[in-house]
Amino acid sequence: MARLRKALTPYLMILPGGLWMAVFFVVPLVFMLSVSLMTGNIIDGFKQTWHWQNYADGFHTYGDKLVRSLWYGLLATVACIALAYPAAYWIAFKGGRRKSTYLFLLLLPFFVSFVLRTLAWKLVLTDNGPLLGPLRSHGLLPKDFHILDSGFAVVSGLTYNFLPFMVLPIYVALERIDYRVIEASYDLYAGRTQAFLRVVLPLSLPGVFAGVIMTFVPVASDYVNSEVLGGPNNVMIGHIIRTEYFDNSSYALASALSFSLMALLLVGIFAYARALGTEDVLEAAGR
Amino acid sequence: MTETQHAPLRDDPGRAGDAVPAIELAGVRKEYHAHGETVPAVRKVDLAIGQGEFFSLLGPSGCGKTTTMRMIAGFEEPTAGEVYLHGESVTGVPANRRDVNMVFQSYALFPHMSVFENVAFGLRRRRTPKAEIAERVAAMLEIVDLAGREKRRPAELSGGQQQRVALARALVNRPRALLLDEPLGALDLKLRQAMQVELKRIQREVGITFVYVTHDQGEALTMSDRIAVMNDGLVEQLGSPREIYERPATKFVAGFIGTSNLLGGEAVEGGAGQAVLRHGDGGRIVALLGDGRSVTAGDAVELTVRPEKMQITADRPDDGLSRVPGRVSEVVYLGTSTNYNVTTDGGAEVVVFVQNAMNAEDVARRGDRVWLSWEPQHSYLLGSPE
Repeated sequence: MARLRKALTPYLMILPGGLWMAVFFVVPLVFMLSVSLMTGNIIDGFKQTWHWQNYADGFHTYGDKLVRSLWYGLLATVACIALAYPAAYWIAFKGGRRKSTYLFLLLLPFFVSFVLRTLAWKLVLTDNGPLLGPLRSHGLLPKDFHILDSGFAVVSGLTYNFLPFMVLPIYVALERIDYRVIEASYDLYAGRTQAFLRVVLPLSLPGVFAGVIMTFVPVASDYVNSEVLGGPNNVMIGHIIRTEYFDNSSYALASALSFSLMALLLVGIFAYARALGTEDVLEAAGR
Repeated sequence: MTETQHAPLRDDPGRAGDAVPAIELAGVRKEYHAHGETVPAVRKVDLAIGQGEFFSLLGPSGCGKTTTMRMIAGFEEPTAGEVYLHGESVTGVPANRRDVNMVFQSYALFPHMSVFENVAFGLRRRRTPKAEIAERVAAMLEIVDLAGREKRRPAELSGGQQQRVALARALVNRPRALLLDEPLGALDLKLRQAMQVELKRIQREVGITFVYVTHDQGEALTMSDRIAVMNDGLVEQLGSPREIYERPATKFVAGFIGTSNLLGGEAVEGGAGQAVLRHGDGGRIVALLGDGRSVTAGDAVELTVRPEKMQITADRPDDGLSRVPGRVSEVVYLGTSTNYNVTTDGGAEVVVFVQNAMNAEDVARRGDRVWLSWEPQHSYLLGSPE
């Protein structure tokens, strides 16, 4: 009996989480997959007809938005790395005893609702807002200059909103580096640049890798930033899916677009993991 | 970053020949500031380490030995004093431009690199030609007995193997001196003893100056040509293992290295070379004095005698020997030897080791009145560090 219980323990431990995922992730996913192959409309009802054409229609109508989403996702992820790496580095190596305070400060804005923060950005960046208003009234800006309703505004908003997802994993990776390993590189004739490039950077790459996955996926499927900051010309696919589903009740098309996005993200992430996620890359960086 | 030429210290008799010392510390001091207080980790250290020497910095934790080594490596700058490598001051020269390499206590191997890349790291930084790197790394891995494991990651190696990678990684650069910070501390006893022999062999083979930091007196005695015993930021004694063991200069050294018996006494006959002391009723000790030491009658002094130098007898020993009466308080049989704890009439607790080579029976039993005796050259008057 005791032996049986011991053998069962790991399975029992995974059971609650596993059930949760099954009920709230796998079931809806399968359901949505089935919906994506239906035909019909909200009045007459939907029928399962294995209508793969939904996918073709989605690509045909919104292909540019899909590509834009991946592109914005890429830009925001790169921007996140550029901002997060130095910050995480500074906190990990120069933060001293106040490390957790700095991390907390960095996370502080995220106690405020995501949508509210994005709306606040809109207020700040609007043409007559506190930033552009005074500049414009002093004639420092051309009349037709705006930040809002541009791809730049959307990518900036995305970068801001997802920055902590990049900072935290990079910080954890840097924090875990044994300082004596860095000293060893100095001892073995590496200057500051070489020590960083050959030792610190490769050892922190797993953190960057985790950060990229945690940032790129939600950023590429985000619908708030493009809706609030992007205006009509910078629409991302998340926004389209939302509109098609809730406003147009095109459930089948919305589901097909969702799965298309998911497939693209998975392909992208796997390609990325294959290219960069191996130990050989780390060693090559150290060479 | 000017490197000034420096006339080497000449007052060190332990150094071979009159070559420029590999490493020299002159009046080196290191202070740390913590909570508004200034804490000296190293008070004042003067050392000259000869080329090709196996030199140990021995002391308890917190004695300043690691800080001293880190100042040689270039990870710390002295608050005062100068470090010279081959006669050149290295003040302000960063670690990566000092021609010494270090073996870290925890090895500090690069976890993301193979054994080969770990060992090749220093050579690559110095832009050594590829063919030469391959050749030198292979030769070094041969020396540390790791040939065939070039492609392994550090995490795939045992502690002893990692230790040897760390050694190879430093030695492959042919540094002018190798600094080892308690390199065997993480290994179990058997492996540690094997590595002691191994380290000594490698040092002879490559002929590089080794500076070895340890708190393990056995390790220091086994491997070193010379030892500096450090305590509280100062060098208490500098000498060969034999000198340090046989003639401990201070109470600290006597207590830290091996087992020592400490006896107090009052000088009855002073002099420069030799002194006669009284220790309790009937205790008469003849002690040899070191260079420059003299004692005047009436001085209270302390001296040490190693436990294996003492004889234990029931009869009163000859007049030429130092002799102290006492009572046996404990007898501990240890196989190859027997330890006798004796309380002297002068009030000192003393241990005597008696080899069991000839004695079929114990030479004394608990409670017996006995005489302790030893040759005059085996008792040393203790001084205190300057």
